[in-house]
Amino acid sequence: MNDLNLTRRGVLLAASGIAAGAALPAPARANTPGQMEAAIRSVAGQAKIQKGKVTLDLPPLVENGNTVSMSVTVDSPMTRENHVRAIHVFNEKNPQPNVITVRLGPRAGKAHVATRIRLADTQKVIAIAEMSDGSFWSDTQEVIVTLAACLEDPTI
Amino acid sequence: MWWRSLLAGALALFLATLALAEIPLDQRRSGYDMMSASTKAMQDDDTSNPATLSVLDGEALWSRKAGSEGKACADCHGDAEQSMRGVAARYPAFSAARGRPINLEQRINLCRTEQQKAPPLAYESRDLLALTAFVGRQSRGMPIAVENSDQTRPFIEAGRKSYSARQGQLNLSCQNCHDDNWGQKLAGIAMPQGHPNGYPLYRLEWQSLGSLQRRLRNCLIGMRAEPYAYGADEYVDLELFLMWRARGMTMETPAVRP
Amino acid sequence: MSARALINVPKTAKRGEVIEIRTLISHIMETGFRHGTNGQSIPRDIITSLTVRYNGEEIFSTLLYPAIAANPFVTFSTVATESGTLTFTWEGDNGFSVTEEAKIVVA
Repeated sequence: MNDLNLTRRGVLLAASGIAAGAALPAPARANTPGQMEAAIRSVAGQAKIQKGKVTLDLPPLVENGNTVSMSVTVDSPMTRENHVRAIHVFNEKNPQPNVITVRLGPRAGKAHVATRIRLADTQKVIAIAEMSDGSFWSDTQEVIVTLAACLEDPTI
Repeated sequence: MWWRSLLAGALALFLATLALAEIPLDQRRSGYDMMSASTKAMQDDDTSNPATLSVLDGEALWSRKAGSEGKACADCHGDAEQSMRGVAARYPAFSAARGRPINLEQRINLCRTEQQKAPPLAYESRDLLALTAFVGRQSRGMPIAVENSDQTRPFIEAGRKSYSARQGQLNLSCQNCHDDNWGQKLAGIAMPQGHPNGYPLYRLEWQSLGSLQRRLRNCLIGMRAEPYAYGADEYVDLELFLMWRARGMTMETPAVRP
Repeated sequence: MSARALINVPKTAKRGEVIEIRTLISHIMETGFRHGTNGQSIPRDIITSLTVRYNGEEIFSTLLYPAIAANPFVTFSTVATESGTLTFTWEGDNGFSVTEEAKIVVA
């Protein structure tokens, strides 16, 4: 995933948020913050996203952007009346803004999920929690991503 | 003649410098020590370690009958936990049949072709990686102990020469980075000493398991040097030298590295 | 060879205890954004979802995207309500579908 052409050209931002899903002939383009914003809006609508309750755990400097350990924890009693319905994670500069979407409920006991993600470049990652009362909370992390010193050439 | 003593002096100085360049035994560190906490956590726990999937594949392969002889590894070697204990820690090992050391991949393929009468497994193939990961796993926690005797010494020396020789467009030797500059940062990551104590390992850069030869080729390509073909004697000599250089260090197979 | 999945579920738990479950499955998670040596785009091939059921009732589900690293590792929590079976279903591109089970005894 490190052979992406990361020159930041202006990416056309249509209302539908052109994610590089369809076959793009050019090397994959970097996402811009605008696309991330559009992806967030498609999930949260016009609701205000407040900072807090969410802890997005990512290393500030990753050893390799191909596999980055990430965890999201949300402060919530996870009862039937008050729980986290979903966690959405977005990124700023991968070819696509979505990272993972998790559906939870009172059976979770704890609002905590961990996984490993890919980050194409130094960028912001944002985790948004959708609560059972319709409110949205978030946390943002800036992550520095370096390239491996000696890249492998698969043709040799 | 006067220049003989000058030559002797220069040689002595050169050898002394060579010796100085080597890492003192008590300062050797596994690449594990230089990883971030989250990468270490990936290696520490079997469920987190992506290489575990290969070890499980290897365990299944161990009992699978193969070749025209219809034999499985288990038919001759029984329970791998017993019979393979310590094996990977002493490879590459001298093969009387071949008159030179061979590595674990070659040993497995010798069994395949000669005992099982099955076709050899390709380098970096899923099955060969799985078997070497499974066999290597049985040496985890044990000290590296390759043979250093009259019969293996010429090959260790050949490996040492490869290790110290400058090569490629960047005119670098392995020594320049891994002996002289270990611990310093290259592109934001600490340079390890280059010990092979965790192979085959899951490299985050590859997002898959890979052998020591894959890693060596990776380095050679990175230095803009011509990599040898898989299975070349030069690699096995270098593997043997590196294992000898890491003698006494603990096996971590299958490890995780950035 | 079929895909390998590794599931870590505690064998026993106390009723009402919140337990952590870890899953790991082998999959290349080809993003669809890479190009081969001939310049042609390598088609996307990823796991798109993991759904977990506890005695038939869905307790956790996640949508995965190309940004998830190869050999997806997902950890989550659930309340140990009763003894029974947890079913893990991974689905993805090209008809990928793997189901694994784990039993738990809740006292």
